[in-house]
Amino acid sequence: MPKFEYAPAPESRSIAGIKESYGLFIDGKFTDTVDGSMFKTISPATEEVLAEVTEAGPADVDRAVAAARKAYEQTWAGLPPAQRSKYLFRIARLIQERARELAVLESLDNGKPIRESRDVDIPLVAAHFFYYAGWADKLQYAGFGPAPKPLGIAGQVIPWNFPLLMLAWKIAPALACGNTVVLKPAETTPLTALTFAEICQQADLPPGVVNIVTGAGETGQALVTHPGIDKVAFTGSTEVGKEIARSCARLHRRHTLELGGKAANVVFEDAPIDQAVEGIVNGIFFNQGHVCCAGSRLLVQESVYDEVMTSLRRRLTTLRLGDPLDKNTDVGAINSAAQLARIRELSDVGEAEGAERWSPPCELPAKGFWFPPTVFTGVSQAHRIAREEIFGPVLSVLTFRTPAEAVEKANNTPYGLSAGVWTEKGSLILWMASRLRAGVVWANTFNRFDPASPFGGYKESGYGREGGRHGLEAYLDV
Amino acid sequence: MSDGPAGGARLAVRKTYKLYIGGAFPRSESGRSYVVTDHKGGFLANAAMASRKDARDAVSAARKAFAGWSGATAYNRGQVLYRVAELMEGRRTQFAAEVRAAEGLSAAKAEAAVDAAIDRWVWYAGWSDKVAQVAGSSNPVAGPYFNFSLPEPTGVVAVLAPPETSLLGFVSVVAPAIVTGNTVVAVASERFPLSAVTLSEVLATSDVPGGVVNVLTGRVTEIAPWLASHMDVNAIDLSGVSVSDPAQADDLAVTAAGNLKRVIRPPDTDWLATPNLDRLLAYLETKTVWHPAAP
Amino acid sequence: MLASRSIKTTAKQWAIDTAISMIDLTTLEGQDTPGKVRALCAKAKHPDPADPPTPTVAAVCVYPDLAHIAAGELEGTGIHVASVATAFPSGRTSLDVKLADVKYAIASGADEVDMVIDRGAFLAGNYDLVHSEIVAVKEACGAAHLKVILETGELLTYDNVRRASWLAMLAGADFIKTSTGKVQPAATLPVTMIMLEAVRDFRDAHGRQVGVKPAGGIRTSKDAIRYLVLVNETAGEDWLDPAWFRLGASSLLNDLLMQRAKMAAGRYSGPDYFTLD
Repeated sequence: MPKFEYAPAPESRSIAGIKESYGLFIDGKFTDTVDGSMFKTISPATEEVLAEVTEAGPADVDRAVAAARKAYEQTWAGLPPAQRSKYLFRIARLIQERARELAVLESLDNGKPIRESRDVDIPLVAAHFFYYAGWADKLQYAGFGPAPKPLGIAGQVIPWNFPLLMLAWKIAPALACGNTVVLKPAETTPLTALTFAEICQQADLPPGVVNIVTGAGETGQALVTHPGIDKVAFTGSTEVGKEIARSCARLHRRHTLELGGKAANVVFEDAPIDQAVEGIVNGIFFNQGHVCCAGSRLLVQESVYDEVMTSLRRRLTTLRLGDPLDKNTDVGAINSAAQLARIRELSDVGEAEGAERWSPPCELPAKGFWFPPTVFTGVSQAHRIAREEIFGPVLSVLTFRTPAEAVEKANNTPYGLSAGVWTEKGSLILWMASRLRAGVVWANTFNRFDPASPFGGYKESGYGREGGRHGLEAYLDV
Repeated sequence: MSDGPAGGARLAVRKTYKLYIGGAFPRSESGRSYVVTDHKGGFLANAAMASRKDARDAVSAARKAFAGWSGATAYNRGQVLYRVAELMEGRRTQFAAEVRAAEGLSAAKAEAAVDAAIDRWVWYAGWSDKVAQVAGSSNPVAGPYFNFSLPEPTGVVAVLAPPETSLLGFVSVVAPAIVTGNTVVAVASERFPLSAVTLSEVLATSDVPGGVVNVLTGRVTEIAPWLASHMDVNAIDLSGVSVSDPAQADDLAVTAAGNLKRVIRPPDTDWLATPNLDRLLAYLETKTVWHPAAP
Repeated sequence: MLASRSIKTTAKQWAIDTAISMIDLTTLEGQDTPGKVRALCAKAKHPDPADPPTPTVAAVCVYPDLAHIAAGELEGTGIHVASVATAFPSGRTSLDVKLADVKYAIASGADEVDMVIDRGAFLAGNYDLVHSEIVAVKEACGAAHLKVILETGELLTYDNVRRASWLAMLAGADFIKTSTGKVQPAATLPVTMIMLEAVRDFRDAHGRQVGVKPAGGIRTSKDAIRYLVLVNETAGEDWLDPAWFRLGASSLLNDLLMQRAKMAAGRYSGPDYFTLD
């Protein structure tokens, strides 16, 4: 029995007023499906059903696109930009006001710890709306010409790993630039998007400017290939991203993609070890590793390998896995049975290919989808676990001898989303940063996000940037 | 400022208009005041007549507040400014009545001026976390160096508010200075000072740290030279005299050269129009940093 | 990240009682008198007369010329008598005077000595001098246990804190302590974390366990509990004991007692219900 046993500190779930059943949000109202069906969304921590949600059919998608078009032509595009700005400021404030409710809902539906949804996700959501609200009436200063125009209707499909944050990354800049949107949240995490729809109503946002159509792969496909939209924005797997790129190529349709990654987190011998270990842990175990930019490959300089690994293993024993609503939980549930199966499969492959597997002692709850933080050592670039995105709390550890070798190994992947560099030497940081083929380089930190900071990938991690001044480009006719 | 209908009706509790220094509302240390009249010459209120010592105290308060305000994140400053707009909105009717009484505008024009002032705050609030992206840069120097330029706030800015408007002009000269992290000593329009004081009440209750904005009312010709000559003031905005009294503006600019203050002398401005970036960029210094980028 | 742990119910009760038992109840004022020290000792022995099972504190910490008063009052109680020495708080005098100060404190009955390092020498890079002074003081302590105050508020960088921690431990410190409490900032969570990492690494490397004492600025139960979480998750539970972790504080005690009472009675208490001494 540990001396200092933390008692359960559960966040109350009563604040998240979950309805029994949700329709689609089209033209400013919640409405029943015309040609779709209903499906259930569950809590991945307990497998209990949270609510019934609509799977939109093709005619539903038609209606949503039509509503977005009408709102664009009759209301939104003609609105003085300062008004658009004020709507977005209102939304930002409403998110702040309902922050706790949204955080609890996110943790219930997604499985991520309440500390993360409360301290990271939801504050960033509000911040994104605040940031882009300010651009709406300043587009002439954004570096895209004296009077850049919107594209029209944006069809947006987002993943389940940061549900409301991904929604914010899509909707805030789109609206700021004068577009209207039809957004499809992931099928396992629709609830915060549907609550966001309520927030749009509370903000008195003109009907049709934001439309939320829930559903799975088919709904998403119907949306991105719909003839009535002008732009596609997708965050998700590289596989689906390529399909979208293909169909957009045929349709001559503007599109931006934010896809997978297999980021290298590079630790040099002069890195402050305790801080680097925090960065490694944050890099792969934050959000259960369900992060496209996760530092899933640890590249550690051979000379400090033993020290880093000892420190890392010790740190992992203090991670607490369990009820996402417990305020002391560090590692929450895996989002779905399907994802859990994939993580297990790839981990078994890792062992089969000869890597050594280690996890800290970890009690997994009986119900729900759980996977303990796992570290594979003795990994080389040839192993599947070093090449394929696992999207779970699994770290592959490789070694290197020189900075040049570190760069080579870090870049030796079809992905290019992010990278981490740990060293005390400024010139080495900047040299590495200039050579790493990744859209985001974190030096002596990891997984830092800000609405002012552009985010996006090189190579098969996608194209286009979200965040910052650069993030406007995706939604302007430039 | 009506007390209500005569004959047994309720007597209004009139507001006392004081200075706003360091987050507090002191009277002038000189004990003086001056009469502010409405557009018909009728009595509106006695406003404090600030002295050189009040100006000195205001600069001191502004300097004290600078480290904290410029050290806050841009996001934080943006939110604070947005909060000011929220509270101004709540006082819309009060502001409109004050503007109307002071300037003699029609109800519609007074409301339009107040709405423009509120929207101006919102416009500037949204600049806080974007200026660096517009005014800063990474510079492609010809060598293995990482080189970047960052805009930083210059410090304490003295602002002489435009004389001919009570609220909109005041807001338009103060907001652009503070949004980037500068702190301000503002001298309100001599003829129309009251709205600036009411705005101070909004500032005092909107999470704006004390000393970030300091408001002096009184004789501009008396106070301005003390601010122009003050060695701990980094910049001065001569809008209060540049159009109405160019000769005085010249004198002040000459005085300001004593510590090479950054001087801005804007031309006649249509306060209702959306501003350009001039005022936003005027109070920024550019810092350029080099760092080797070879291992 | 550690500041976001939520410690409730049984865990909170344990943490409050443990924190009380780790307090070095302190008075270090120019205006201290025997009466003041007696009152402090009375409080140390009976923190909450209304609730006898309340744990006693770990030690009472005073200036050397009042150590004999504390020693007399605390005899037989198991509560330690800690005295500052070496020209606390500045440390700016000759080594001879500092050693005489230490010997005086011990002769007066102190069984723990809290010394200050020479920060001037440290910042000037004269690590040898800092080290040899600590060695000399440790020798003068004899059987008494030595806490070495780094005065982190004057060292300023985390690198300096880590370096000073190692220096003190290599020189024989039994405890490393953050601050004199006379300089702002005094104890902070980040600085304490650096010191906990240092004692952990030192034990791994040298096999000897050294204690940690944050002092100054710890006023609320919430602060104290955060420190305990920090110890638990940085150095580990071996340090969760008054023999290896102390809190240098004075007003903290009553806040802990108020929290303790609130947990027992289910309502918020007020300062009138807790003795000042």
